[in-house]
Amino acid sequence: MTLVTVYLERIGRATLKGVGEMGFAAALLGESLYWLVMGPRRAQTVRASAVVAQMMETGINALAIVAVLSGTIGVMLAIQGIYTLRVFGAESRVTLGVALSVVREFSPLITAIIIAGRTGSALAARIGTMRINQELDALQVMGISPVRFLVVPVLIAMVVMVPCLTIFSDIVALLGAGAYIAGELGLSFGAYVGQVAESIRANDVWHGIGKSAIFAVLITLVGVVNGASVVGGAEGVGRMTTRAVVQAISAIVITDMIFVFLVTR
Amino acid sequence: MSGPVQPSPAIEVRGLVARYGARQILNGLNLDVRCGEIMVIMGGSGSGKSTLLNHLLGLLHPSAGTVRLLGKDINAMGASERQELHRQIGVAFQSGALFSSLSVVDNIMLPLREHTRLDRKTMAIMARLTMEVVGLAGFERLMPAELSGGMIKRAALARAIVMDPKLLFCDEPSAGLDPVVSSQIDELLLRLRDAGMTIVVVTHDLESAFTIADRICILDQGDIIAMGTVDDIRRHRSERVQNLLNRRTEEAVLDVDAYLRRLTGEQD
Repeated sequence: MTLVTVYLERIGRATLKGVGEMGFAAALLGESLYWLVMGPRRAQTVRASAVVAQMMETGINALAIVAVLSGTIGVMLAIQGIYTLRVFGAESRVTLGVALSVVREFSPLITAIIIAGRTGSALAARIGTMRINQELDALQVMGISPVRFLVVPVLIAMVVMVPCLTIFSDIVALLGAGAYIAGELGLSFGAYVGQVAESIRANDVWHGIGKSAIFAVLITLVGVVNGASVVGGAEGVGRMTTRAVVQAISAIVITDMIFVFLVTR
Repeated sequence: MSGPVQPSPAIEVRGLVARYGARQILNGLNLDVRCGEIMVIMGGSGSGKSTLLNHLLGLLHPSAGTVRLLGKDINAMGASERQELHRQIGVAFQSGALFSSLSVVDNIMLPLREHTRLDRKTMAIMARLTMEVVGLAGFERLMPAELSGGMIKRAALARAIVMDPKLLFCDEPSAGLDPVVSSQIDELLLRLRDAGMTIVVVTHDLESAFTIADRICILDQGDIIAMGTVDDIRRHRSERVQNLLNRRTEEAVLDVDAYLRRLTGEQD
């Protein structure tokens, strides 16, 4: 075989694997929705305690890191915004730019990236370890759907908590930006809040929340698909966990671009 | 005149072929496990025991052939029907496969919680009773990471039997256990058999196999090379069977000197 054929074969295999994984993710989503709707009718409901525990882990336990990074992003945007607008003598308009950037773009993105690193990686590692330890097999032979037992609680918790964290991130980032802008431009904090309220419409907030819900689904599916594909013991778990984070962040950024392209233009 | 009607076997395997890519692991196996017996499956490493067990549990789909559990073809049924069948099956995995996020008692209660409408108190009582049966009373609140190897095996067995299954599968139940715990598990399996459970045990442990087996099935390179009662197996004339029973290897004895010379690069 020539070098070209070897590379073509590799590309072909990678493409097939990618398509297979996307199919697996779609099937997972479909099965998760099935259990959400049909679970109660079949007396196999999703455990509320698992959903609450996952919400605590995904949402409440991430508040501190989301606050730190969102506040930092807010201040950074304010600094850059004032610096850029000063060129045109328009620094008084910085609040509009910062508010829209935070609510429509930065908060959903930074929150999703944090959650991909925290919850997405933990999910891939957990499912991968369970696979190696035959815990997934144990669920199957006990007549318990692993999707209903493991995936659906995470999916529900993520779809609820990631948008909530995004709103929290909006508030913290705007407060951070406000603290800097008020000091730098000699504006009262009340006047800053007034400018923010004038700048943001409900549509902008929903734009960010809608995106974050999609990111939540992506992070969950990528984490589960990678975790379920673990082979080769602890090393395999580490490899797939890293892969899950990289893939989730890539998927978030690309989806964000597509979403913005479709909705904003 | 016809004789008494034989009850249909609890497990019926016909022409089971398993392949991983180009490699054939099982070569058209036929196997019946009768209701209420303990069938021990033995064989060396790579003989196909685990693959056979995974097919019996429906975790792998055969390349050819059928596996019928309690009269039903496990590979021809829908997901809900299969889940229903799995409720009548208990499995104690070699590693225990306990859920690390749940305490021992919660692990054992899990099948009850998922498949019955019992209140929590009743489930807890049933779980505790089962824990007493396997000798784990008093360890309810421990997490799996806090258990010894023997305790994990016993907890896995407790979880497997808590729903009172018709079929029980045990993968290496006594591997890595001290002789006392090992014989306790053997005794428990015999008691469960006497209570009417059909049990399939995959093991390397000859002593345990000879203690508990009603029949033994010996696998070698994907084929069943011997099947019968303990006495049948002991008297079996096949060299491969006797090698396995006497723990003899068919490989040539290692020439240590030649091996060392090869390692150090010396010529013979």
